[in-house]
Amino acid sequence: MIRVDTVAKRFGAVEALKDVSFTARNGRITGLLGPNGAGKSTCLRILYTVLAPDSGTATIDGIDVVADPIAARRKLGVLPHNAGLYPHLNARENIAYFGELQGLSRREIEPRVEALLVRLGLTEIADRRAKTFSQGERTKVALARALVHEPSHLLLDEPSNGLDVMATRSLRQWLRELKAEGRCIILSSHIMQEVTALCDDIVIIAHGRVVALGTPGELQQRFGQTSLEDIFVQTVAQT
Amino acid sequence: MNSTILTVCRKEVIENSRDRRTLFSTLLFGPLFGPALFAIMINVMISQALSGAEEDITLPIVGQEHAPNLVAFLRRRGVEASADLESLEEATAAVREGEHEIVLVISPEFPANFRAGGDARVTLVFDPSQTRLNLSTRRVRGLLNAYSRQLAFMRLQARGISPLLLRPITIDEFDLSTATGRSVILLGMLTYLLLFATLMGGFHLAIDSTAGERERGSLEPLLTTPVARADLLLGKMAATMCYMMLSLTLTVAGFTVALYFAPLEQMGMSSNFGPLVALKIILILTPFVPLGAALMTLVASFTKSYKEAQTYLGLVLLVPTLPLIIATFLNIRPDLSLMWIPSLSQHLLIIELIKAEPLNLGYLGVSTTSTLLFGALLAWLAIRLYDRERLLRQ
Repeated sequence: MIRVDTVAKRFGAVEALKDVSFTARNGRITGLLGPNGAGKSTCLRILYTVLAPDSGTATIDGIDVVADPIAARRKLGVLPHNAGLYPHLNARENIAYFGELQGLSRREIEPRVEALLVRLGLTEIADRRAKTFSQGERTKVALARALVHEPSHLLLDEPSNGLDVMATRSLRQWLRELKAEGRCIILSSHIMQEVTALCDDIVIIAHGRVVALGTPGELQQRFGQTSLEDIFVQTVAQT
Repeated sequence: MNSTILTVCRKEVIENSRDRRTLFSTLLFGPLFGPALFAIMINVMISQALSGAEEDITLPIVGQEHAPNLVAFLRRRGVEASADLESLEEATAAVREGEHEIVLVISPEFPANFRAGGDARVTLVFDPSQTRLNLSTRRVRGLLNAYSRQLAFMRLQARGISPLLLRPITIDEFDLSTATGRSVILLGMLTYLLLFATLMGGFHLAIDSTAGERERGSLEPLLTTPVARADLLLGKMAATMCYMMLSLTLTVAGFTVALYFAPLEQMGMSSNFGPLVALKIILILTPFVPLGAALMTLVASFTKSYKEAQTYLGLVLLVPTLPLIIATFLNIRPDLSLMWIPSLSQHLLIIELIKAEPLNLGYLGVSTTSTLLFGALLAWLAIRLYDRERLLRQ
């Protein structure tokens, strides 16, 4: 479970996050929805500890991300925005390197990498250098890399960025499978359909604040409108 | 060693072994460029020194008929007298045009003055600003002086006076420099080339593993793994050091081979550059490897992109050479008080080694300790920098 409590973060004169609180439960996909520059990435970056909040707290399974960032990261699988691979390593090596950094032994890593390659349909490009990959292939390998240590929590920053229709569809399928395994998944997106299709809980963020929060059903009930897009436009316009 | 550091180091070594840029700077640039440049320089210097001293020179002489004995004297000493110029004006023009380096002009009054035992004059036309080393000028002037002295001796003897009167003081030269000592100036450049090659070995990796990683967007995922940033950076520095050591070893080996074939003896030099000296040079320079790796990583961590890092690191490559340049100009001798300065201490120790002096272990100790401490300080600074949040912001 991931808890974010009244988190604020400022970069110089820019207040990226003013007051953000929400909870993401295990076995559910929580979507951070918001326009570009709303603070979704900043929020995720605080969770995966590359940024520290100015105030407020964030915990992953009760572990404070500021007090013990390494223990918090151990619980996380992360797909950052536009994640890059090592161009001179092949797909297999790119995934295995992160397995080693996660503290897995080589004997543990090999079958896991194999299983991930099969699951994500990467077996054909497994031994090719990453510099030759398409955007979709890169994202798949980056996702496999984030999953190699079988993390209980997944943070995905705009995971469908640059993916074609087929790749997006299979990404959703994997995320549902991962959810079914009881993992806690947070993904950020500015694409309405993605969030509607995939998420159990939705946190709408605009101008560094949570403007609405609930299941798609709850949100519709509260705002009395049928389309999530209308809710989104309405809430964002209000702030 | 921490297993994370080892993991990161191994990955960087493997990844960069597949990168042509690393291989070029590590395996080709230092080890081949340095020794090759050196061998060429030695050969050029030798051929210049030899050509100036031994080769026959052609000297246009105006008015040869006025002093046939002088012309015969010059001919006997390897000067080919040509008669294609007719007057002082022609001679001046020819030298100014660069057609000839030097022209000897004998005036029509020469025979009369000569016979009178008076002030017989010849004129040398030359332009020191145009000629290389002025070797011909020096040689012709030396020959004319010799001829003049020879005549003076003969005239004094004819009058029954000892020619020694003309030489009240005799200078005996007692040259203390040894054959190896003479080679020092040339071989002093060696340390510069060695330091340069050592740094070049890690140049690409230091950039690629810091600024390059950020530019590619692989830094952020890396920082989400449950390892300390210090370990990541130490692993990267360790990989940089591996390539620097490789480059250093190959370059020293390259020099050992190049100097084995270089005709140093022809210059009255000898080089004691054998496998043992090569090993000692590697021993002396090894503490410089962590220092260089930390320095390059520190600078590359500051920068935003590969290109920017390349620019700054290009300047950094000059930093270790400053003490060497100063040392060469001031002719600094090894001293305990200088041994704490990295790069200068290694330079002085290697010069002593090449002079076939015994290695001063006290000096080596101070040099090694101080260089390692400087390296540790820079590594600590780099880690501090790497720990900052701003690392990720572009």
